[in-house]
Amino acid sequence: MSKEGVIYRISGPVVTATGMSAGMYDVVRVGNEGLMGEVIELHGEKAVIQVYEDTSGIRPGEPVINTGETLSVSLGPGLLTQIYDGIQRPLPTLEEVMGVFITRGVDADAFDLEKKWTFEAVIEKGAAVEGGQVIGHVQETETIVHKIMVPPTMNGVIKDIKSGDFNVTETVCTLEDGSEIQMMQKWPVRTPRPYRQKYAPDTPLITGMRILDFLFPLAKGGAAGIPGPFGSGKTVTQQSLAKYSDAQIVVYIGCGERGNEMTEVLDEFPHLIDPNTGKPLMNRTVMIANTSNMPVAAREASVYTGITIAEYFRDMGYDVALMADSTSRWAEAMREISSRLEEMPGEEGYPAYLSSRIAEFYERAGRVETKNGDDGSVTVIGAVSPPGGDISEPVSQGTLRIVKAFWGLDAGLARQRHFPAINWLNSYSLYPQSLNQWFRDNIAQDFPEIRTQISGLLQIEAELQEIVQLVGSDALPVDQQLTLEVARMIREFFLQQNGFHDVDAYCDIHLQYSMSKAILSFQEAAKNAMAAGAQLNDVVNVPARTALMRGRFEKGYIDTIDDMVKAMVDEIADTVEDN
Amino acid sequence: MTGKEYRTITDVKGPLVFLNKTEPVAFGEIVTIRLADGSIKNGQVLDTSDDLVIVQVFEGTAKIDRTAGVTFMGDVFKLPVSKDLVGRILDGAGRPRDGGPDIVAEENADIIGAAINPYSRQSPHDFIQTGISAIDCCTTLVRGQKLPIFSASGLPHNDIALQIARQAKLKGSDEQFIVVFCAMGITAEEYNFFRSDLERTGALENAALFVNLADDPAVERIITPRLALTAAEYLAFEHDYHVLVIYTDMTNYCDALRQIGAAREEVPGRRGYPGYMYTDLAMLYERAGIVKGKKGSITQFPILTMPGDDITHPIPDLSGYITEGQIVISRELHQQGIYPPINVLPSLSRLMGSCIGAETTREDHKSVSDQMYAAYAQGRELRGLVAIVGEDALNERDKQLLDFSGVFEDRFLRQSRDEDRSIDETLDLCWELMSSIDTKYLVRLDQKWIEKYHPDNKA
Ligand SMILES: Nc1ncnc2c1ncn2[C@@H]1O[C@H](COP(=O)(O)OP(=O)(O)O)[C@@H](O)[C@H]1O
Ligand SMILES: [Mg+2]
Repeated sequence: MSKEGVIYRISGPVVTATGMSAGMYDVVRVGNEGLMGEVIELHGEKAVIQVYEDTSGIRPGEPVINTGETLSVSLGPGLLTQIYDGIQRPLPTLEEVMGVFITRGVDADAFDLEKKWTFEAVIEKGAAVEGGQVIGHVQETETIVHKIMVPPTMNGVIKDIKSGDFNVTETVCTLEDGSEIQMMQKWPVRTPRPYRQKYAPDTPLITGMRILDFLFPLAKGGAAGIPGPFGSGKTVTQQSLAKYSDAQIVVYIGCGERGNEMTEVLDEFPHLIDPNTGKPLMNRTVMIANTSNMPVAAREASVYTGITIAEYFRDMGYDVALMADSTSRWAEAMREISSRLEEMPGEEGYPAYLSSRIAEFYERAGRVETKNGDDGSVTVIGAVSPPGGDISEPVSQGTLRIVKAFWGLDAGLARQRHFPAINWLNSYSLYPQSLNQWFRDNIAQDFPEIRTQISGLLQIEAELQEIVQLVGSDALPVDQQLTLEVARMIREFFLQQNGFHDVDAYCDIHLQYSMSKAILSFQEAAKNAMAAGAQLNDVVNVPARTALMRGRFEKGYIDTIDDMVKAMVDEIADTVEDN
Repeated sequence: MTGKEYRTITDVKGPLVFLNKTEPVAFGEIVTIRLADGSIKNGQVLDTSDDLVIVQVFEGTAKIDRTAGVTFMGDVFKLPVSKDLVGRILDGAGRPRDGGPDIVAEENADIIGAAINPYSRQSPHDFIQTGISAIDCCTTLVRGQKLPIFSASGLPHNDIALQIARQAKLKGSDEQFIVVFCAMGITAEEYNFFRSDLERTGALENAALFVNLADDPAVERIITPRLALTAAEYLAFEHDYHVLVIYTDMTNYCDALRQIGAAREEVPGRRGYPGYMYTDLAMLYERAGIVKGKKGSITQFPILTMPGDDITHPIPDLSGYITEGQIVISRELHQQGIYPPINVLPSLSRLMGSCIGAETTREDHKSVSDQMYAAYAQGRELRGLVAIVGEDALNERDKQLLDFSGVFEDRFLRQSRDEDRSIDETLDLCWELMSSIDTKYLVRLDQKWIEKYHPDNKA
């Protein structure tokens, strides 16, 4: 058998070739136009190929050529600020070549091969190096130093290394055995990149979203799922995380969703400032956009392309956060391909291997000791789009089994315009245990206890609400009515956070703590005043409380909040005398 | 390759024909089938190999037998496009239906339509005034948006779509939209309603109609919207028109998809619809938008009827996941005699934020819209409570909100079919209605707008 075969069958994105020697996941060129595809199944002498471009007009008998490579991404300086399709073709390049509509049969390098980068060697001639070891630095963007590493599978003694201006394909380092290292390397997307060991996560990914950081925190190196029906806020939440979380690198995958949402990110990010560095957000971001109308096979590949890029930056010792919106569309791409392969379907037509693929994907998250001996992490946050909002379906369930933070979006809350519409009663995070020490050391000694008090109040509210539904709130004893007011304050003042507000969209973690304490101060002051005869209505309506609550929309709140709390406490105490 | 006629049909199943070995046939190639009586049917290749070819037949497979002659036309489905499409009525397969001449092609465009490069899109931000208060205030439409109407049988979605088509304009501009209307499996009566309304208002001259009716071939519905969108893209991106595409009824389209899936014995997804329906719908809906360097735009108004009024049914559900919001029509409001019976609570315009405010609509729009929505939502909820505990149990605030919900429906939602309210009129009306509620309960209104717009302060 040879490298070249012919097409036997075409069924949508799936093409069968005969007469070609092929291995699993080989990249092939299909038809007269040389469309890119990947071998996904072997049947005797037939190779089944998923094609990353539209197949209309292709005929049996046209050639198929095996490139002998496996589906890989190019890694090196030039990744940041770029936007790619699912198979790492830069969308700006595609626009140059094809115009505004994506036609087919065009290859595009992942980055500018001519561009010169200033490489600064950090290791000397004669040093023994191993795969993954950092040999030099490139200032890729204003904020990010791109570390050039020995490819994971290579090791030896450095014969020659030179600092200077190079493009990504020029050799910057030679080993004694003659192997050459360039700034660009390739890695097969379906294989996790190696590291020395996985660590248990112990540091939170601070997101600036109060409900997440405070009640359901995610660890750096952890994994979270955001399921929710359409319009409940998956995309806004993912975008907020991409904007504000304290990751050093963000990989944002628009997987099978809207084109305009990617445009929004492209329009917005260059002008937005990363609250953690004060520099434009774009500097730390890589985007992958394989929208719903782009080929499904490339959609299937897009999450692997994204996570491989994320691992690569992790290997430099960075904390990377990856958002995939939406993993359900990825799963559906698998389903579509699988059904063309006439595989035996599992639940709801998904392939039987669905849950293992989901698990493998999330397993690529983690905090690790890199091969260079640094600490790096990949945090994965996947949106899930359950049909009809019902999470008993296979993708939600497969995700829930593996992620440790579950942020459940709720159509009812979205309809009440309570945003983020994360349901505080059924969401959970299993990370607090391992993060509590960090919160105690870095924010406040009693941080975990305050969290427990706040979530306890929300639980009690839920129980009281059931009674209120039956008898009205006036029938409750006043202390329970106060509890309801405190809980309402938690919801409206603390949990609600407008993702589009200039100031409130991002809330510093220290401020989050102050705000939570402010609520408890209100509870305390109100309890005391009411014990001394004050009316609930007066206590709730003191102007200083309204001012305190509105304060979160003003800049500099972190400096004024303590005084505002004092003013509120004083005014509440005064309601006693009024009586 | 065109011309050779094969008589190698082995099986016929539902809308599908299976043929034995032929010349190499292209995936997606157009096919004609000649029957014994000389009549012709058309189809498209769904699966092709050295041994077997599967063809989906648009007109249905009635009377096809193994002696029928199959010819492959050598190309995928293309629509002859030209500026002359404007003012024409075509059938569901793109042939003239108005007795006029064939379209003389300026270009033959592939109807599948290539995906717009996400990098080449431009964010829509131009406010479209529909003259319908509920839409303009609460679920504002933006030029280049895809905003479906989620309705159900027996509800006046067609009236609403037509009213929008008639009244839609940019604020302060008389620039008209070109309407591309796409009928999929609707009744002749519904079609005549659309057509005569477009005729009456003179809009027909600025419209292109693609019509597949209930008694036209069901499978043809798979291509009808693709034809309409191909025409729309040509008019928008080659001739700078602002195009409004109305298609109805997406539910019939999806049922045609299901029919093909079943005939291919595919593993069905939810409720028997194919697993790839999301992708398939996205290939239609995503053909809305604005692109860099082109003056025109495509705004989409798909209409779908929710089977059993169920918004979680796969058709509205998958649509809602793709489109940029939805306008939900309510049977309850319709039964109360309110037109347009738009339930603003589950309705949403995801792009609204980008097109409202001082420069485009009015500075108080966001504030007003949030407050109207919140007050109505609370009022509606109180209706439930009142049914249990009685109105007397309500406090003053709740009483006001409860009353407001009635006024909201009666005066804000309700308007006549030819009432074209400007955005200023709509917002002024909101202030007038909200003034029935004590200002201290209107917590979502900015103080500065209260001072400027509240009727108490205006007089
Ligand atoms: N955190 C938020 N703050 C303000 N509005 C929000 C927030 N989350 C969601 N929304 C509103 O809900 C709409 C739908 O949110 P989106 O994230 O697009 O939903 P999904 O991706 O789940 O379909 C948005 O257009 C916005 O109006
Ligand atoms: Mg979304």
